[in-house]
Amino acid sequence: MTKPMDEIAWQEVEPGGVITEPGNAGCYHTGTWRSQKPSYMEEKCIRCWRCYIMCPDAAISANFENNRMVWNFDYCKGCGICAYECPVDAIEMVEEGE
Amino acid sequence: MGQKVGIEVSIAAADAVGLCDVDVVAAYPITPQTHVVEHLSELVASGHLDAEFVPVESEHSAMSVCCGSAAAGARTFTATAAQGLALMAEIVYIASSMRLPIVMFLSNRALSAPLSIWNDHSDTMMVRDAGWIHVFCENGQEVYDAIFHAFRVAEDPKVSLPVMINVDGFNLTHVIEPIEFWTKEMVKDYLPAFKPLYTLHPEKVVSMGAFGMPEIYVEQKKAHDVALANSTPVIVQAWQELAKLTGRKYSPVETYRAEGAETLILAMGSICETASLAVDRMRDAGKKVGLVKLRLWRPLPVSDLRPILSQAKDVVVLDRSVSLGAASAPVTSEIRALMYHEPQRPKIHCTIAGLGGRDVTPEDVSKMVEISLSETDYDYHFYGVRG
Repeated sequence: MTKPMDEIAWQEVEPGGVITEPGNAGCYHTGTWRSQKPSYMEEKCIRCWRCYIMCPDAAISANFENNRMVWNFDYCKGCGICAYECPVDAIEMVEEGE
Repeated sequence: MGQKVGIEVSIAAADAVGLCDVDVVAAYPITPQTHVVEHLSELVASGHLDAEFVPVESEHSAMSVCCGSAAAGARTFTATAAQGLALMAEIVYIASSMRLPIVMFLSNRALSAPLSIWNDHSDTMMVRDAGWIHVFCENGQEVYDAIFHAFRVAEDPKVSLPVMINVDGFNLTHVIEPIEFWTKEMVKDYLPAFKPLYTLHPEKVVSMGAFGMPEIYVEQKKAHDVALANSTPVIVQAWQELAKLTGRKYSPVETYRAEGAETLILAMGSICETASLAVDRMRDAGKKVGLVKLRLWRPLPVSDLRPILSQAKDVVVLDRSVSLGAASAPVTSEIRALMYHEPQRPKIHCTIAGLGGRDVTPEDVSKMVEISLSETDYDYHFYGVRG
């Protein structure tokens, strides 16, 4: 896996900053950008997976053992698209830290 | 050796691009670059050149197409001037920062306003910090040779940077000169096939032009700066190989009758021929005046310049652009800066001349030297300005 960005020396930068390893965005935890976070109400959820489809990152996945959606807060930037798209209002955006 | 023909410099330059078997030409016609683009479109339309000619709707698009094309691994050429370069400027920085080896023919023209189609160096100075290689040419043969040299340098895997060939608008682009053409065999010997460092190809996926967080931006700029500095030996070697092939010698800094000169004129581009005539006349009159021609503007050949300039008592820099509000004009500022810490340093005079196509004759150059040597302040002045 790619080195963390703040450990790369100038000599190690690929010419032109080319990214040779697809998907290396996973190295960078962007969840710190979040000011609001989705609050998931499992009892309302109809498991339609629309939130999973609409998430512009890959912060939402399904936990099949427990039959529920799960959020990876290392990558969820709190954009609120999942809450907006949820047809049964099972996701609500709340202030971070609440 | 190829044939020697009398030909307009722009047409010869386009023929040289054709001989390089360029893959993509994306350019928008603008005076005084038009003939380059026109002739290339003729070469493609007539089937003499198997290339993709993209008639873009603006220069911003021209440089964008060039970036995409170079990223895909195609040999890429564009040409522009003044306002066209200004419109390109955003992508000009991106091309070099992404290390895309594009070759640009820049027909040097004054930036508006007032609207001027005539020659000076304000366009190239606008993007001097963009991280391209900037080469200046004195005459038609140099322009023609510079095309082959530019592709070889730009595409060298040790360099992988875009090259801007600076050609004085009208003064060079529109004159008919005797030019010795290269043969296809010479080009084949000189210019290897383009093997890009990376290409956009589905079999080996890479991402180009990603954003740089504050944690990595500095490292990327440092890497670009070092890459540009390290291109000098490749540039020099490519000129040496060119000399073996053609007998014509080029180097980052060239001198004319500079031995024992107390005063050195420093200039770039076609004005050097005018200045060399002035030097002849001044030498004939017993004055110890020589000429320093700066061919390579970026990367600036600092270590070549210092020993040459430190021999003189006075250096008269002929700047063909203004840096409004600055301490002096662009070339002078850098020459003064690079000599500042030298134990033996000349007085460095700044003469702004030839703006917006104002003619500069050998008599003018002699007069500039005379004025400079009699000045008591070392500021800068506009030569020949009325009032």
